[in-house]
Amino acid sequence: MENELKDGWVDACGAGDIEPEDVLRFDHGEQTFALYRSTDNKYYATDGLCTHEQVHLADGFVMDHIIECPKHNGRFDYTTGKAQGAPVCVNLKTYPVKVEGGRVWVKIG
Amino acid sequence: MPVEISSFDYSLVGQNSKLAEEKGLASAAWYSSPISRKRLKELMQRRDGPAIRDTLIWFMLLGLSGFLGYYYWGTWWCVPAFFVYGVLYGSASDSRWHECGHRTAFKTVWMNDAIYEMASFMVLRESTSWRWSHTRHHTDTIIVGRDPEIAVPRPPDLVGIAMAFFSLKSGPKEFRRVFLHCRGRLTDEEATYVPESERPRVYCIARIWALIYLVVIALAIYTRSILPLMFIGLPSFYGAWLLVVFGLTQHAGLAENVLDHRLNCRTVYMNPVFRFVYWNMNYHLEHHMFPMVPYHNLPALHAELKADLPKPYNGLWETYREIIPTLWKQTKDPTYFVQRHLPPGAKPLPS
Repeated sequence: MENELKDGWVDACGAGDIEPEDVLRFDHGEQTFALYRSTDNKYYATDGLCTHEQVHLADGFVMDHIIECPKHNGRFDYTTGKAQGAPVCVNLKTYPVKVEGGRVWVKIG
Repeated sequence: MPVEISSFDYSLVGQNSKLAEEKGLASAAWYSSPISRKRLKELMQRRDGPAIRDTLIWFMLLGLSGFLGYYYWGTWWCVPAFFVYGVLYGSASDSRWHECGHRTAFKTVWMNDAIYEMASFMVLRESTSWRWSHTRHHTDTIIVGRDPEIAVPRPPDLVGIAMAFFSLKSGPKEFRRVFLHCRGRLTDEEATYVPESERPRVYCIARIWALIYLVVIALAIYTRSILPLMFIGLPSFYGAWLLVVFGLTQHAGLAENVLDHRLNCRTVYMNPVFRFVYWNMNYHLEHHMFPMVPYHNLPALHAELKADLPKPYNGLWETYREIIPTLWKQTKDPTYFVQRHLPPGAKPLPS
C-alpha cells in the first residue's frame, strides 16, 4: 500500500534502512527519489534520477556529502543538489526531510 | 542477439543515429552482473594512495628516460631512451586520461583533473570534448550511430588501423579539431554531445594547447634541432603504438548494437608491467559494467563477477589470435563478429 501523504509529508523508510554514507531509493506514485544518510546521521532527499542521463542515483556511490552517478561518475552535493561539474550541469531538486519516531519523512507535496 | 541496423554508417548525424533511438538502443538500460551493494560499496571506495604512488613512478620514469634521451642525443643510445619515453608519454597517458577522466583514479578531485588535463595533452585528446565523447561511449557502448569511440568500424580499414599505431590519421585530425576549436567552433558531431555551457572551455583549452605547441616549435627552430619536439609533440606519434595494441583488445571484432557489455567488451589478463602502463584497463568488461570502481580495485571486482562473465583472454597473444582473423574476415563480411559465450551458471543473456 502506498504511503500516505500528510500535509505534503510522506513516510519514506525507517531511519535504519539507510546505511551511514549511503543512499536508498524511494518511489512514490510516479516520482522516484534518492534518500541519503550522512556520516553524522543527517538525512537528505533529492530527485532519484541523474539530471544528465536519467540513471537512478540509488545505484551510485556516496562519498562524504557527494553522490556519484553510477553511469558516468557525474557528481552532486546531495545536501544542496548542486551539480559538481561535467558531465552533470543541471542541479538536482532537493526535498525537506525530517526524522520522527525512527522514520524518515520527505516533504514532496 | 544484436539489433539489426540497416547499414554501416557510423556517423552520429546519420540515419543510424535515429534508428538506434527508434530501436531502443540509445540511453538504454544495460545488463549488470549481480553483486551485493555492500561489496560494491567496498570496491567503489576511493583512495589517493595508489594513484599518487603510480603517478610518481610514472613521472620518475618519464624524467629518467627523458634525461637519458637528452644526454645521449646524437648517439644511438638515445633510441632506446626515447623508445621508453615515447611509450610512457604517448601510450601510458591514455590510461591516465581515461581513469582521471572518470575521476576515479584519485579520491581528491583536483588531482584527477590535473592529471587528466596533462594526459589529454600528451595523448592528443582535447580534454573537454573528449570527456563528453567518452561519456557518450559509456552510455551507448558500440551502438552504431551513437558511440563516437567505435575504434574499428565495419568493414575494418586495415590501413587506417596500421596508421593508428603512430597516430598518423588521428593526430592530424585532432590538430585540425584543435585549430577549429581555436576559432571558436565545433564539428557537427561534437555539437551532438558537447553542451553549450561547456563550449567556451573547449575553445580556451585549444588555445592553450596551440600556445604550448607554438613555443615548442619556436624553440626547435631557434635551436635548429628537433630535440624539443622529441619531448613534447612527437611522442604523441612515435609513442602511441602500445595504446593501440591495448586499446584494440577492448571491443574490436565483438558485437555491435547489444545492451550487454559481456558481449561487446573483453577482459584480458596481462602482466604487471603492462598493467602499470594500462592502469588495469585490461579489465575492460568490469570497467564498463561498473565504471565507479577505481582501477586499483578492478582485479577484485573481476574476482567477484567472473562466474557470470565470459572467459577472460589469457594475454595479448590469445586475444590477437582472435582479433586479427576476425578483422580480416570482416573486410569481406562486415556482418561477422565474435560471439562471446557465457560459462555454465552465468545469468542468461537478456532477450
